[in-house]
Amino acid sequence: MASLQFNELAYTNLDEFIYGHAKKPVVCSNGMVIGGGTVYPEVNLTLPTMLIDTETMPKVLSQYEEMIHGICSKAHELLSPGIIIEIELLPPCTFNPQWGIDVTKVAKGVMNEYYSKFGLKSLLRMTVVDIREGKTLTHMYKGEHWDNVIKTFRGCAEAGADFLAIESIGGKHLHDEAVMNCDLPRALFSLGVVGCRDMAVLWDEIVKISTETNCIPSGDTACGFANTSMVMAHKNFIPKVFAAIDRVMCAVRTLVAVERGALGPDKDCGYEGVYLKAITGIPISMEGRTAACAHSSSVGNISACLADCWSNESVENVRLLGGMAPTVYTEQLIYDCRLMNVASARGFAHEMRDILSESDRMYDPQAYILDPGVVIKISQEIVKGKTHFERTKIAASATIKELRSAFQDGLLQLDTKELKYLDIFEKQLKLMPNDEAEFTQFMIKNSTLDKFDPAKYDFNFNAVAK
Amino acid sequence: MFDFTGLSNAVIEGDNDQVQAKVNEAISANVDPLAIINQGLIGGMNVVGQRFKVNDMFVPEVLMSARSMNAGIELVKPLLAGGEMTNRGTVIIGTVKGDLHDIGKSLVGMMLECSGFKVIDLGVDVSPEEFIAAIKENDGKILALSALLTTTMLSMKSTIEECVEQGMRNDIKVIIGGAPISQEFSDQIGADGYAGDAAAAVELVANLLQ
Repeated sequence: MASLQFNELAYTNLDEFIYGHAKKPVVCSNGMVIGGGTVYPEVNLTLPTMLIDTETMPKVLSQYEEMIHGICSKAHELLSPGIIIEIELLPPCTFNPQWGIDVTKVAKGVMNEYYSKFGLKSLLRMTVVDIREGKTLTHMYKGEHWDNVIKTFRGCAEAGADFLAIESIGGKHLHDEAVMNCDLPRALFSLGVVGCRDMAVLWDEIVKISTETNCIPSGDTACGFANTSMVMAHKNFIPKVFAAIDRVMCAVRTLVAVERGALGPDKDCGYEGVYLKAITGIPISMEGRTAACAHSSSVGNISACLADCWSNESVENVRLLGGMAPTVYTEQLIYDCRLMNVASARGFAHEMRDILSESDRMYDPQAYILDPGVVIKISQEIVKGKTHFERTKIAASATIKELRSAFQDGLLQLDTKELKYLDIFEKQLKLMPNDEAEFTQFMIKNSTLDKFDPAKYDFNFNAVAK
Repeated sequence: MFDFTGLSNAVIEGDNDQVQAKVNEAISANVDPLAIINQGLIGGMNVVGQRFKVNDMFVPEVLMSARSMNAGIELVKPLLAGGEMTNRGTVIIGTVKGDLHDIGKSLVGMMLECSGFKVIDLGVDVSPEEFIAAIKENDGKILALSALLTTTMLSMKSTIEECVEQGMRNDIKVIIGGAPISQEFSDQIGADGYAGDAAAAVELVANLLQ
């Protein structure tokens, strides 16, 4: 399978780089076009407090059925031009592929019913949970864990999923350690060396399944990586500048999915999706203020600047005063999308985009690096790298430079502690070898097997050395 | 009377070399080894814990302090009489069955270790039986359960029920935490306490073991 390198940006003109429009829109069989000028709501839902086992599976399925009914009914009532529903499968529904397949069938059945009765257009994104971790994992690409992930993908696609996605985790344990210690070189090893290699193997398989089942390979997310940093920074456990740098570094890893054939829309919780859009032109799903049901963030508005789908991240099926939570969030997403789409129709999309950006970007470095102009500037640097390792390193150094200059120009607020860490991270990068093989050798020597076992990844050091 | 201020400050700064120099100074002055640990090294870590709690220190800084404290303890250890150590109690920690989330639980474990507790981290996707076996094997006094999914919260209840079944519920305190967890849920399933973050977990464990 060809590996696209994307040596130039899809966007160089900031005026074209805007929500609802993607250079490479995704045209779906029901007529919905993602990135074709309309921002669509993407509702993500999950179960309330309950166990998933053989005994409870009928109840699990009826919960999903109830949620999808509520969502479709609200979308129909509010005359949404279309809706995307994302189900992130829970671990038992990937450990037992048939359960994930049954969930897909139930969801798609309800969605088809609303299409045939009311003409409601909808698309189903099935996100298979990456279960390749834990004590019983023997290998990343063979054995029970891998087989179940692949079986679930294929089964969900055959059961009617429109988009396939994953929050892949190759190299995550290295990254967890890097976050706890604010160790940028270790994060770089996790993302730019181990993670990118893992993505290539995994996404080749997902793209193959998608091709064989007429499904769309949509995209990945750095949820297990940069979102961990984001949450840690939000709790003041680590500096916010680490989370911002980490986010941009993650873009290189998530981009590998597109290099291997993913078409978009990229997944909502991958805030690094804006870099993918700049570099490749694929449409992206984003989440912001409407995702406060799942986690807090400092990018509530700015994350909408370039969104082609607008999501709520995840909400459990509990009753609120206004109705069941997934239905309530559907309504919020639809109104947000209406606002953005009407602004576009009236020729105010640029104003809307810039207002969304300006309302957030100065207060947090994680917001600043999502500003469309900043995204294009840093992306131009990233694509100069000849390897994933180089690109990840460039992503880090370009982000540090950009944050420092934004602070100096009064465009970004950073306190003394944050500034001190910018210096620390700059030094960490300077001390790193430029040679990937030398760097890899050093990192492997200084990692424990519980964090990274090269054998489980078929990690061939000699191939890196060449 | 030895002045432990310099040693405590070196721990707060996470300065390994300075910690080792100050510990050697204290040893040379024939200071009681347990006093070096409790007043100098753990004294410094207590300040670190307080500063972390009020967002005045980041996790990597706490880790550096913990490493320097441990470097100091290593120098004092050979001088301690057999069994005379500073373990404040053993905590068995893990993410419950069916849940693969790791880092929040690891952070709590790390903060507990920094505060002088012995931590046995069983990792993720841990069954009730594995928790029970670890409690028995390590004489655990606290069982700390983590869950990040609405669909795995009830595994906490099953784990507590297993403790009852095994006749060990009165010998162990169970604490729970994770994004979907609340004090109300803790009360419902009969846990002994809930903590919203790592710093609160340390306080909770300390209070429960008093």
